[in-house]
Formats: sequence, C-alpha cells, structure tokens
Amino acid sequence: MSRRLPLHAIAHARAGDKGDTSNVCLFVYDHRHHPALLRAVAPERLRAAFPKLLRGPIRLYELPHLHGVNLVMESALEGGVNASLNLDGHGKSWSFLLLSLEAELEENEPAPAS
Amino acid sequence: MSAKLVIGCGAGFAADRLDAAVELVERFALDWLVLECLGERTLAFAHRDRRADPAKGYNPLLERRMRALLPICPRRGTRLLSNMGAANPRAAGEATVRVARELGLAGLRVAVLLGDEVSGVLDPDTPLWEGGRLADRPGLVGANAYLGVEQLLPALATGAEVILTGRVADPSLFVAPMVARFGWALDDWAKLAAATVVGHLLECGMQVSGGYFADPGKKEVPELARCGFPFAEVGADGTAVIGKTPGSGGRVDRRTVAEQLFYEVHDPTAYLTPDVTADFSAVRIEEVGPDRVRVSGARGRPRPPTLKVTVGFDGGFLAEAGVSYAGPNAAARARLARSVLQERMRAVHGFSGPLRIDLVGLRSLHATALCEPPESEDVRLHAALRAGDRATAELLLWEVEALLTSGPAGGGGYRGTIVPQVTTASASLPRERVTPRVEVLEA
Repeated sequence: MSRRLPLHAIAHARAGDKGDTSNVCLFVYDHRHHPALLRAVAPERLRAAFPKLLRGPIRLYELPHLHGVNLVMESALEGGVNASLNLDGHGKSWSFLLLSLEAELEENEPAPAS
Repeated sequence: MSAKLVIGCGAGFAADRLDAAVELVERFALDWLVLECLGERTLAFAHRDRRADPAKGYNPLLERRMRALLPICPRRGTRLLSNMGAANPRAAGEATVRVARELGLAGLRVAVLLGDEVSGVLDPDTPLWEGGRLADRPGLVGANAYLGVEQLLPALATGAEVILTGRVADPSLFVAPMVARFGWALDDWAKLAAATVVGHLLECGMQVSGGYFADPGKKEVPELARCGFPFAEVGADGTAVIGKTPGSGGRVDRRTVAEQLFYEVHDPTAYLTPDVTADFSAVRIEEVGPDRVRVSGARGRPRPPTLKVTVGFDGGFLAEAGVSYAGPNAAARARLARSVLQERMRAVHGFSGPLRIDLVGLRSLHATALCEPPESEDVRLHAALRAGDRATAELLLWEVEALLTSGPAGGGGYRGTIVPQVTTASASLPRERVTPRVEVLEA
C-alpha cells in the first residue's frame, strides 16, 4: 500500500528568481526517496496543482548524484520583481509552496526518519 | 606563499551584516575578502542617487564598512575587493580614501575599475531580451555591462589593498583573485569553471553557511543569530573546501552547499558568466570535516561571445497600505474591507490598473497559487498597486487609511508606504565595445 505525506517530510528546497522565471531546487534527505520526489514535482503535476501561478513552460533537470532536481518555471512570478504586487515579488517562498505538495511513497520506499 | 588561496565573502548583498565580516577577517587568515553588494535593481537605484547628487551612487554603507574593515584588513594581509562602487566607482574610491585618511592609514591604495557604464555606447536599436528595442522604453536611468576576470585582472595587478568596481559578474569577483594567484590561462575553461563554482557558492554570503536554510525540526542551524560568513580554500586545480568563520554560528554541510549550488541557476550544464560557460551538473559535494565541504568536478566550455548588459528604467511608484482585523469574525470583516476598497478604487476613483489586496493571515504570498482558507482570528488587509504618478499612489494610502473610520468594525494598525521603483531589462553587447580602465587613488 502506498502512503501519502507532505513533500516537506522527505525533501528540502531553495528558490531563486531571474526576471519572471523562478527556479526551485529540491533535494531528498534520504536518497531512497528520490523517485518519490521525481513523481511529486513532475512538470505536468505542478501545472495541474498551481494553474493560475505557473503560466509558462516548466523544465525539470535531474541531479541524480545529489538526489535532487532543479525546476525552472517560466512566467511563474506574477511578472517578477519588476512588476509583481505580491509581498514576495521574488518568489522566495515558492520553495515551500512546492514542499506543500503531496508525495506518495510506494510500498518498498521507507518512511521518513523523523 | 601558501599553495592554497583563501578567499572569504563578507557581504552577499547591499545591506548584508558587517559585524560578521569583521569576525571573519579577525579569526581566519584570508588572502582576499570579497564584498558582493550589487543587485540589478540596487544598481538602477544607485544611478538615480548619482543623478540626484554626482558625489553619490555608490553603496550607502561603504563608509561604515570601510571604517570597520580598513584598520584590520591590511594588517592581516587581506586584500579587499568589492562592487560597492555601484553606479559611481570613482566616488566610492574617493570616499574610501577619505576614510583611510581619517583612520591615519596614509599610503593605502585603492584601485577603481571603470568602464562598465555603457549607456553611451548602446545603439538605440539594441534589442532587449524581454522584447522590443532599447529606444522603445522610456525613462532610461543607466546601462551597465557585466565585466569579468579579463577586465578585473589589471586592477588586481596594481597591488592596491582595496579594489572597487561597478558592475562585475558576481562570481568573477572571486574567480579573478584565483586566476591572478594561479596564473591560469583565460581559455582554461575547466579551471575557470571550477573557480566559478566556488564564486557562485560564496557570492551570496551566508546563504552557503547556514543562512536562508533553517527549518526548525527539519534543518537545524546552530546559533543562527551569530551566523558566520563563508570562505573557500582553493587549490591550484580549482577544487576547493568551503568553510565558515571559526567559532561562529551557522552550518556548512552538503545540504547547505547543494541548495546554494543551484540558487538562481537554470540549465545546470550551462551557467553563463563573462569568463566561461560552466557545467555544474557533475559537481561533487563531500563533507571532509565539521563545517568543511569539498567541491570538485565542474566542467567548462568557452565563454559567451558577448557581454550581458543590464538596463535600468524609471518604474514609477509602488504604493502599499495595510490595516488589521483581529478577534471574532476577523476574516469576514477583512473580506468586507477588501470589497469596500475594491469598489472605492474602481467605481469612485476610476483606477483601472492592477490592484492586489491580500489578506495576510488567511493567504498572501501563495494567494495566487492556493485558495483562501475560511478562518483566522488575526488578519491584515494588505493592498498594493503600481502607478506612474505619485498622486495615484497616494490615493491608495488615503483609501486604506479611511477604512479606519469608514470601513468594518475594529480595524486598526494602519501603515502605508510609497517607494519609487526601477525596472530592469537585459541586452547583449560585443566585448570590444567596452573600454575598461583602472585608476589608483592613494590615501
């Protein structure tokens, strides 16, 4: 049986901005959760989760040796710091927006340590 | 001379801490201390400062930083390199000389790198990366090319204790001292890429040594209030160990380094600087001791043919105003205030531009992405708009403040601010169009 849990339980993340493009890199604490991370942040899943925010192409770069991914999301910052009216015009908090997504662990994937 | 170059970062942005920079210099033997203090918008604001007063336009904290660092850096054998020159590197150099004289540091030399300001050489037809031509956008405040190692080296060769620049690619501030020490060729792409990884890791200061990282219960950072700035011990092959001020708070481990390695990076195989196309995709991160992480494995390809230019424009005004509601039914009262404000701005004042009204405590930063939860007993209405004219900006503040007596029950804590804005765009410039030059000033 698979188990659902917040991505925050198995991964950490950092967000950066350039213009209206946001990048969020995510890494799992336990390398055995890397496949679950890849499933949780698949671009089509992100677009479906946040359709009003993520309005452009999304590219996912795998970083297998670091057990992480780098996501590059265009037209994802409400215009970016030049135009956005969001209090967080840089999208610094997009890291934790993505960590609020649900991850699903398969039967053979261990529960997180803490 | 040691086989390794030790280079520290004592500022990762314009307003970064100073006490921790002093601690790093005092507690660790650095060859170089780099202060990276210049964002794209910071530079555009600096151009406006310079326009208002030709003696300004450099980092407003420069004098304070120099008063704290000049008495210790030369004594410790540490050279200081910073982009605090911003829109006016020569004035920054003159200010530094004044501070040195006040401190009795006669003979201290300050090298100033000029030539990054290119608004005079840009063709009006220059295409902007964001679309359109330069001439299509009104309100130009300044244009600066990102200089790199090639332009920095002559400034380093002066031997001056302090080197001040305007726009230089952030990693290049760290790469140049490595090239100067190890004598790498400017087409040794592997070494330049390795050095660029180090520069990229250090350029945001504490973001690699425990800042921007702590998540209580998940990612603990010891003594965050006393977080130390980072340094790198770089070998002649460009591989490096990242550490932080001995005895400081913070953390350097594989996780802090991994997060920072991809901060503001898009394609990990093509990180572009004026010096090299760096490939971060196979970088290895190994913990080799407490708060010591070794980085290696960068690959490099030839540098881009052109230099990136950032162009700054006047951006009108950002108006923000807020009022808070707390206790029973707070969310409903805040929502009523929101609808009153929307109606007043649109129907009464005819404002038709984007007006954002967040309800902080219900949903704000993630309000576009996620729906609004129904309840909270402590909600702040936060309204924002951009306007080309100050009168429209003032209108928002007036309307939000008027909610105190004319809006829902129990509103309090009004605050409002109007902040002049700049916007930026990017363009490309052939390398031969910049004419860098170095001036040396002496205290």
